[in-house]
Amino acid sequence: MPPELVLNVVIAGVLTGLVYGLMALGLSVIFGVVRVVNFAHGEMMTIAMYAAAALFAALKLDPFLAVLPVAAAFFVLGYAMQAGLINPFITRPEHSQFMLLVAVAIILVNALLIVFGPDARNVQLDYQLESYELGKLLLDKARVYAAGLAVVAAVLLFLFFRFTLTGKAIRACADNYLGAKVVGLNVKRLYALTFGLGSACVAVAGCAMVLLVDVTPGLGPYYTLLAFVIVIVGGLGSMGGALLGGVLIGVSEAAAGLFIAPSAKSMFSFGLLILVLLLRPQGLLGKRA
Amino acid sequence: MSRSHIALAALLLILLALPAFVGAYALSVAALVLYFAYTGQAWNVMMGFAGQLSLGHSLYVGVGAYAAGAIFFHYGIGPWAGLWVAILLCVLLGVAIGFLAFRFGISGVYFALLTIAFAEFTRIGFDHLDWVGGPGGMFLRVAQRDTWDIANFRGPPLMYYYAILGLSSFAFILCYVLLKSKAGYYWQAIRENEEAAQALGINTFRWKVCAVALSSAMTAVAGVFFAFYYNNLFPEQIFNISRSIEIILGPIIGGLGTLFGPILGAAVLTLLSDGITELLAALGLEIPGVKQVFYGVVLLLVVMFLPNGIWPALAKKLRMESR
Repeated sequence: MPPELVLNVVIAGVLTGLVYGLMALGLSVIFGVVRVVNFAHGEMMTIAMYAAAALFAALKLDPFLAVLPVAAAFFVLGYAMQAGLINPFITRPEHSQFMLLVAVAIILVNALLIVFGPDARNVQLDYQLESYELGKLLLDKARVYAAGLAVVAAVLLFLFFRFTLTGKAIRACADNYLGAKVVGLNVKRLYALTFGLGSACVAVAGCAMVLLVDVTPGLGPYYTLLAFVIVIVGGLGSMGGALLGGVLIGVSEAAAGLFIAPSAKSMFSFGLLILVLLLRPQGLLGKRA
Repeated sequence: MSRSHIALAALLLILLALPAFVGAYALSVAALVLYFAYTGQAWNVMMGFAGQLSLGHSLYVGVGAYAAGAIFFHYGIGPWAGLWVAILLCVLLGVAIGFLAFRFGISGVYFALLTIAFAEFTRIGFDHLDWVGGPGGMFLRVAQRDTWDIANFRGPPLMYYYAILGLSSFAFILCYVLLKSKAGYYWQAIRENEEAAQALGINTFRWKVCAVALSSAMTAVAGVFFAFYYNNLFPEQIFNISRSIEIILGPIIGGLGTLFGPILGAAVLTLLSDGITELLAALGLEIPGVKQVFYGVVLLLVVMFLPNGIWPALAKKLRMESR
């Protein structure tokens, strides 16, 4: 097998992996702060992809422009979902929260099926067929742009958590729920804000992903599992870990598709998850609790 | 005899006599209810009794179904032998997963994800296993619909109905006995507070692995039933995560950790989803997905307003034991 081909596939895996990473970052933020298993995460990703595809079909809007309204709408929806639906559940047992989000996921994925039908949707832009040539390497333009968008969104989120007062308050809630309450933080509002931010991450990732793959309602559960695999491999609550996990999964999927069979690609992800859970349960970049 | 005992005896009599009064379609729905009551009971041993959340029970259904199915398909040996192979394989799998997870201190959501990972891993593995037909599926010779061939477990729907009724009654009695046994009390102690249980000298590791082993063995039997009842097996369907979720919906909606919850939950969900299908057909609204949205909404409402499930609330009204 020519080394350029392998390198091309690996780089494509890294670029797709960054988009996966942003999706997982949304989950990591929600899971790490609110401690709720968002089992509807992949379904939300799929909705964002449909939203971008629908905006393209109706208004010829490039997904890179659609990302702004879609992310804003997702922020509002995420905020409302946490405030109205999930906040009453934060003191309930894990399986109870889990069932709540399973119900939400069932409703979302089937609502998509009713609205859009089972057929695949996509966007068609000129630059999806073009690529950059670096010596013998070929980089798809769309993939480079999508990865760039994911990195920009991840950096913005990182800066928000690092340098703004609200971001610090959210981290305080994640570190110590009771302590955050004691110093007078409005934890429920901050939780809603966190869920909104996580949803916005998913929205951006969805707008980027729709450039790379066709979207069907059935992608939802697949992305949910993928996001969990990435978050756990990378390390819960570690933002760098989510991106690293995304890249690792992206590369391993691409490599499995090249060397074994495309249908075996997620076997690698789950194998990696099993290994990480058993050998390093805090994740690659996570801190031991 | 308490009210609960009388109610149970009446229910059993009704179920035994049911085939005399209803048609083929209703009987197939009843068999489905009993199937989910049985798998729910099996899952409940692990989660409801011992507090270990498994979201990968489709693994045991699938491996059990494929083990007995493949032995019948390739060698013509009926399920009475295949059953033991299925149970053995599933117990080995369950013990291996439990052993790994509990040795490494994995619990809660992480344990649940590990069970999903094993189920998905196996699904993809079976997709590439040509011996059982790979993604194209495996088809068992269809049953003679008029004779009861008990040795090969082939026969009319009535035979399968009584088989699954027997299985779910057996599971109910087993769980009843277990809940009052030493193991049952150990499990409940672990569920409520694992550290305290350990401090009292319970070998929590061993009892958790036992719960997984028993639950996987019971689920394997459900898989064997599934294989011979439906006669076709596809990895994509049988190992799918939505199968695992179907299994756990009944006990959670009916009442986690209770004996009657899995039965009630299975009945409510199956009848509801069937009722909705009929209703939508009558209204001419046969759009794919509408049924599942209703399903999701009902689940949402139950989880929000009856957090302990339907049975504990209903039992209180009926002045019965809420177990």
